[in-house]
Amino acid sequence: MGLRLEPRAERSRVMVYLTPLVAAALTVVAGAALFAALGHDPVRALFAFFVAPLTTAFGLGELFVKATPLVLCALGLAVGFRGNVWNIGAEGQLILGAVFAGGLALWAGETIPGGGGPWLLPAMVVMGILGGMAWAAIPALLRTRFNANEILVSLMLTYVAGLLLGYLVHGPWRDPMGYNFPESALFGEAALLPPLVAGTRLHIGALFALAAVAGTWVLLMRSFIGFQIKVVGLAPRAGGYAGFSGDRVVWLGLLCGGGLAGLAGMVEVAGPIGQLHTQISPGYGFTAIIVAFLGRLHPLGILLAGLFMALTYLGGDTLQIELGLPRAVTGLFQGMVLFFLLASDVLIHHRIRWSQRPAIPHGEAG
Amino acid sequence: MDALPHADWMAGLAALLVAMIRAATPLALAAIGELVAEKAGVLNLGVEGMMLVGAVAAFATMVTTGNLALAVLAAMVAALLMALLFGVLTLSLMANQVATGLALTIFGIGLSAFIGKGFIGIPIDGLGPLSIPGLTDIPLLGPVLFGQDVLVYASVALTLAVSLVLYRSRAGLIIRAVGENHAAAHAIGYPVLGIRYLCVLFGGAMAGLAGAYLSLAYTPMWVETMTSGRGWIALALVVFATWKPGRVLLGAYLFGGVTIIQLHAQGAGLAVSSHLLSMLPYLATILVLVLISRDRVKIRLNAPACLGKVFRPES
Repeated sequence: MGLRLEPRAERSRVMVYLTPLVAAALTVVAGAALFAALGHDPVRALFAFFVAPLTTAFGLGELFVKATPLVLCALGLAVGFRGNVWNIGAEGQLILGAVFAGGLALWAGETIPGGGGPWLLPAMVVMGILGGMAWAAIPALLRTRFNANEILVSLMLTYVAGLLLGYLVHGPWRDPMGYNFPESALFGEAALLPPLVAGTRLHIGALFALAAVAGTWVLLMRSFIGFQIKVVGLAPRAGGYAGFSGDRVVWLGLLCGGGLAGLAGMVEVAGPIGQLHTQISPGYGFTAIIVAFLGRLHPLGILLAGLFMALTYLGGDTLQIELGLPRAVTGLFQGMVLFFLLASDVLIHHRIRWSQRPAIPHGEAG
Repeated sequence: MDALPHADWMAGLAALLVAMIRAATPLALAAIGELVAEKAGVLNLGVEGMMLVGAVAAFATMVTTGNLALAVLAAMVAALLMALLFGVLTLSLMANQVATGLALTIFGIGLSAFIGKGFIGIPIDGLGPLSIPGLTDIPLLGPVLFGQDVLVYASVALTLAVSLVLYRSRAGLIIRAVGENHAAAHAIGYPVLGIRYLCVLFGGAMAGLAGAYLSLAYTPMWVETMTSGRGWIALALVVFATWKPGRVLLGAYLFGGVTIIQLHAQGAGLAVSSHLLSMLPYLATILVLVLISRDRVKIRLNAPACLGKVFRPES
């Protein structure tokens, strides 16, 4: 007698929506076990991690502040992932977006009397998107032209982007009045995203994320392009027969991913940060990969998953303050979510059966 | 100006070669392990995460026990457990290998930072180079051939062993058969999943060894995310080597060279920002990927045909 996996005739639609919830629930259970093993009261620790951050208006605002870059990056990644384009360099594309938008903000602050007008923020949005797109265009070009694996190229470029930002804020863009800290000057008023709710750090960047959810939904679910991406992703050969270009899907996936990650970078530096320094992202671009999967590569799912994963950042902060646990707990929880999701995804194509007798080995059945 | 005395020049070159080989060793160890997994048809993108967990396990064990051998063993076991997790998900539960590998790296970064929190800034007596009286003192060749640490020799020996097993033994033939055509291998009666598990676990243990080399020998300390992309460079090395063990070692030394050029340029006071120079290994990785991959036929002929594909025993 034992558990046995049996293939389903059709994939289970219920499980497609259920497994992300199962994964989140299992993460909470595993988290409780982890806290208990570390000698902390699991109920108190879980409360501190998942509930306490949301009990204040400021905390709720922070949830949306952290979810904004995650959702933006994950939406773009989902466009690629659907077409089997594995852009995992969103972190680097985010940094380039921040560099392009931040560079414009610094230039405006220095050269324009009054620091620039109402045109500045829209221009920074465009620059951010262009910066991310430019960085993502490199793996797209190398993949379509030279067959180079986009996973490795986009990831290598993330390290290069981090070093480029480091070079800029240690060197040419360092604030001369900044006591030699590796930071740029603070952006002027005209280069900062206006706040949405007083008493929180919530800013209009959150609305960009919502707009991007709507836009990606139309692109993926209601447009012919979205259909092409899906076909090429699921069955490249069928896509080829239908005349859909695989190269075009690569370009589209990477440019959408880069553009939205670049926008996320712009939103971060023009929103909560207000300047350039080396710590502009706590790995949003990597966490966004988990958000994309947890959200089932569906724009609305990504919105919900983004909020959940944003909570893991806030929870990590609260635990550090309340129980003195290292902030790395956040990364641990994020990794667990994805593991549990990938593990429970087996239920989409299989069901678990109690077998009374050992299953007949395949080779002897015929 | 006088030319450098002969002995100084030799010593300088020897130091350069020693440094290059040291920088190459963690890359070679991790890449050889990944090569075996890929030969069996499994793409494990979690090398970076496994290396980090290996590095922190080695360092923590070294600090608490002071036993180098135990520290190396701990690294291999810890990374092997990570690989087991990957195996259960991708082989038994048939999860997507790319997504699972990424999850392994994200989890490994978090786990190693979590474990390593209490070990930051603690000094240890790391793994030092051998010194064989008489041999190590030979100019140039002595330090390069006889003055390395044990793991450097292990990396060369393991490369040789992997090469022999893969191409000169029945076991290697079966591993390659599983990686080329899992359906056929299954039909003949080979346990496809069992063989893949073993190869993935071997890859994990090797990544652990690579991590141990970083935290015990290369820079004897623990720093969060201290692998700084070496796991990913190892993955690129396997492609660069067109899945051939000997070329993996060669490629690793090439990359070790790039790393050392960058460090020496910084040391020599070259008027280029250290940030820009540090980009070199990553840019070099992209360059070699492009140079190798542009030959699509070569890649198709050399890559295991079932690489990254899910094997469903029932179908």
